[in-house]
Amino acid sequence: MIRVNKGTDSRILSVGGYQPERIVPNSEIIERIDSTDEWIRQRTGIEERRFAAPDESVLDMAEAACRQALERANISMEDIDTVIVATITYPYQAPSAATAVIARLGNPKAAAFDINAACAGFCYGVGMASDFIRSGTSKHVLVVGVEKLSDFTDPDDRATAFIFADGAGAVVIGPSNHPAIGPTVWGSDADSRDAIVMEPSWNEMRQSDSFNRWPNISQQGQTVFRWAVFSMSKAGLKAIEAAGITPSDLAAFIPHQANVRIIESMAREIGIPDTVAIAQDIRTSGNTSAASVPLAMSALLKDRPELHGGLALLIGYGAGLVYAGQVVELPPNPSSLKKK
Amino acid sequence: MALTQAEVLIGIKEIVEEVAGIPADTIEMDKNFTDDLDVDSLSMVEVVVAAEERFGVKIPDDQVSELATVGDAVNFIVKVSA
Repeated sequence: MIRVNKGTDSRILSVGGYQPERIVPNSEIIERIDSTDEWIRQRTGIEERRFAAPDESVLDMAEAACRQALERANISMEDIDTVIVATITYPYQAPSAATAVIARLGNPKAAAFDINAACAGFCYGVGMASDFIRSGTSKHVLVVGVEKLSDFTDPDDRATAFIFADGAGAVVIGPSNHPAIGPTVWGSDADSRDAIVMEPSWNEMRQSDSFNRWPNISQQGQTVFRWAVFSMSKAGLKAIEAAGITPSDLAAFIPHQANVRIIESMAREIGIPDTVAIAQDIRTSGNTSAASVPLAMSALLKDRPELHGGLALLIGYGAGLVYAGQVVELPPNPSSLKKK
Repeated sequence: MALTQAEVLIGIKEIVEEVAGIPADTIEMDKNFTDDLDVDSLSMVEVVVAAEERFGVKIPDDQVSELATVGDAVNFIVKVSA
């Protein structure tokens, strides 16, 4: 018989976020799509978003978010044994963004890999990191969601030009003396995998005589809206049930920041009480895909420090269509950790 | 059992009032969802899903854009319930 590892309970020890400096208001987007600020706000809730500088990379943003998360957890990069990066906008198939991140952060020996689960990527990563710790495979895991979607958005596409944005968010997940990350509820609806796509493919680009643009994301808005509101609220309820709690036990609801209308409708369908803080970071950050949940968590905890340590329902959903959600205990207030 | 036009119209009026906040007594068969009732494409999805649940019918995504007026929606639901 072989020997196996035994792990511990897991928790989110800290969250960090990074947003590029440049604020892009709706007024800058509308000229090319014959739209209005009011129309964008009404349909999506987005007032402004951040675009990275031309020479600012996915790795630059990921590194900044990780450094903040490490500092807040009061943990050295040497103690991180595993790094998971969720992204769909790192412009290399190999080597992974995660290996570049560990090299930059000064621990090039950690286990490192990327996951492709689009806007659900961060919540996939949280579930995996938690299970790595529970099984004893890992002790401290950095989970990063990062996107530079401005490179992959068609500024003339009336359906998507105003939605996507750039940024990075990261969490350190480590051991806990009690369960603080609930079971992950995840799955796919792959019959609708053409509802959100990034095209053209590399094959199509190679066959094209004139390669003059990056691939762009396009989506079938109504199909995605219906799935997000009605299927994802059921997944959210399952995650709440799996954690053995009820919606009124939550301190916060932090879904993927796709659209304020989706967030509000999901909250209504799940039955989130008025007492629960609902992340609406999308209003000033746009949809940053894999980065949206940790960025929204970081923003919410900055605005509402009393939520540190409270329970939050996280749910990510996106191209695939794929989804993952879990109830987590929000990280403790970093200032309380430093006092120890 | 097939639904009647009158009972589907009553249901649609209640749903549109709930989803979009439009008084039910202003909703008639010839009203256009977008132009007359200010029901945008996302609210339309909510109307459709509520109608599916209420009437036990399926309204595919590619059909939704064909439902321009209240009458279009009522007649479609009556037809597929038959």
